[in-house]
Amino acid sequence: MAIKILDLPEQEYMLPGNRACAGCSLGIAFRHILKALDGNCIFTVPASCLTVLGGMYPTSSVTVPWMNVVFPSTAAAASGLVAGLKVLGKEHITVVAMAGDGGTADIGIQALSGAAERNANFLYICYDNEAYMNTGTQRSGSTPMGAKTTTTPALGKRQHSKDVPKIIEAHGVPYIATASPSYPADLYDKVRKAIGIHGTRYMHINAPCPSGWQFPPKDTVKFGRQAIETGIFALYEIQDGVFRLTGRSKRLAQTGQLTPVRDYIVPQGRFKGIAEETIEEVQRWVNARWAAYVRRDAEAA
Amino acid sequence: MHEKKAEIAIITGNQAAANAARLGRVQVVAAYPITPQSSVVETLSKFIEEGELAAEFVTVESEHSALAVCIAASTVGARVFTATSANGLAYMCEQIHWAAGSRLPIVMGCANRAMAAPWSVLNDQQDSMSQRDAGWIQIYCRNNQEIMDTFIQAFKIAETVHVPVMVCYDGYILSHTVMPVEVPRQEDVDAFLPPYQPHLTLDPADPKNINPVTLADPRLNHEGKLCHGYMEHRFLHQEALLQSTETIIAVGQEYAERFGRDWGGLYWGYQLEDAEVIVMAAGSLASEATVAVDALRADGIRAGVLGLRVYRPFPKRELVAAVAQARLVVVVDKSLSYGNEGPICGDLKAALFGRDRAPALHGYVAGLGGRDVKARQLAETVRNSMARLDEGMLLSDTQWIDCRI
Repeated sequence: MAIKILDLPEQEYMLPGNRACAGCSLGIAFRHILKALDGNCIFTVPASCLTVLGGMYPTSSVTVPWMNVVFPSTAAAASGLVAGLKVLGKEHITVVAMAGDGGTADIGIQALSGAAERNANFLYICYDNEAYMNTGTQRSGSTPMGAKTTTTPALGKRQHSKDVPKIIEAHGVPYIATASPSYPADLYDKVRKAIGIHGTRYMHINAPCPSGWQFPPKDTVKFGRQAIETGIFALYEIQDGVFRLTGRSKRLAQTGQLTPVRDYIVPQGRFKGIAEETIEEVQRWVNARWAAYVRRDAEAA
Repeated sequence: MHEKKAEIAIITGNQAAANAARLGRVQVVAAYPITPQSSVVETLSKFIEEGELAAEFVTVESEHSALAVCIAASTVGARVFTATSANGLAYMCEQIHWAAGSRLPIVMGCANRAMAAPWSVLNDQQDSMSQRDAGWIQIYCRNNQEIMDTFIQAFKIAETVHVPVMVCYDGYILSHTVMPVEVPRQEDVDAFLPPYQPHLTLDPADPKNINPVTLADPRLNHEGKLCHGYMEHRFLHQEALLQSTETIIAVGQEYAERFGRDWGGLYWGYQLEDAEVIVMAAGSLASEATVAVDALRADGIRAGVLGLRVYRPFPKRELVAAVAQARLVVVVDKSLSYGNEGPICGDLKAALFGRDRAPALHGYVAGLGGRDVKARQLAETVRNSMARLDEGMLLSDTQWIDCRI
């Protein structure tokens, strides 16, 4: 039963005021994730923007138990929490590993792959702001083609982004979902569903970043919506191997009208100076991937 | 007093380590295989899968993840165990620092092996010595019985002082060599080692943020109380390490009373009391040195062995007192602080600096990459050192034993 925004639980687990940037989409996403978990959780968080949001000793901006860990180890730390809680008879607590795209697709992928192969019983959430934002916007495996970062300053990233959900799908885990802070009800529902599933659950959240993507902080939700309208980001679930589009992406598949990627790319400062050929290549790549999503979604019907 | 004798098993050092973890009732094990440690992991897997040990075994995909699992499980209150060697130890290096700074009572075995490059699976002590600055307690074992007993003690030491303990033993020489080992009875270990009582755990009932960013200077909490900066945390860590010698000695004494075996605490001596020349080493090398000392004594040389057991914290005061009356200390390191000298030699030299009564100190490197070190080579080394001393030679640079260049 899909939740409506006005019916979201009122209990807050994020305290007012934290060190995230103005307009940070991670803050929106995290707030709703915490509501879905309803406090029955232990988080493990690597070096990332989320670490900063959590706060500096001796204060904390959240009221859930939280263990900071080294950058590559998030999924391994989560595996350790699971093992420890199991022997201590506390398996009812949901273990959540929450990392950025760097800590997931790049330095964190070994631990994530190992944990997924073991089907370790935790929820892994990647918030993808498409670069190493915490350390000043260096490129990651998730950075889209053409984006300028501090390590792709003149030429922009020359490769497409790594499809992490696809990599995780290859591990045969019971639940994979994408979500967006621009559609918080869909995000909330997916976390609620994930809590009830045993094994490794993976969520990939689009995280528009005003600082790194270079757009006004007030436009975060707008760019998140546009990522979905263009098909650059799609809302879907893969449950026990069955792929389904959800929410706005499902409706788009039914009406069949994606917005051109150009409308999303051009207004962002990180794409300044992007070549026409690159925009065309991105469009081609999005079209191919979207077609595959639509096809798979139709098979499930 | 026991009515029934404990079982004597003919087992390798690795099997001794695994059995000690079993007797210590570890609750979470995460380890990645690496020569020459692999049979520790294999033995523990067998114990767990066959129901002899009620623990979770996480088959991690790397050593870095092995220690990640241990850190996390320990943080929620489980007793944990892992083991590794050489490149595996190096791979988990940032986690070694993390575990120490987190003040977690993790016990880890290190089956000492040479560091690559070039590749070697054979023994020396470069691996654990390279991690000596991270803030773990380091104990070196001379035989398989000591391995068994030291691991059991290590859990108690770690959980008392809140500092992780690395139990080191020579790869192949001990890890793979069978020796008779008295395996303590489970009920006797239970009486010695109660279940782990964590001082802090993670739980939704009392949410905490563990190991957040900590600034250089003290900072106010939400109640207006000034809390430590990074440096204060590290001061407390260092204090705990320095004071842990008391606990290490006390735990060893308690173990000796219950199980009848005393490994000496911080160091052990063989013919040490009246020695004019002391051979100092750690691990099986010190054990080998006792054979050399017997030969030297037979020739009228008053030689003795100082077997270093606890390397970190470095037992400065105790070692200075132990060597004070000798004329010469011959330190044989099975590792090297490249660009300087052997770690044990350098640390002892520093401890002796400025003392009125200090013996001469000659530093040697031996046994790198599994190069065999024979007792007669050690005896010859002692004779050469004494001759050089008599000639008035300073010998402040590291000498190499049996290096064939």
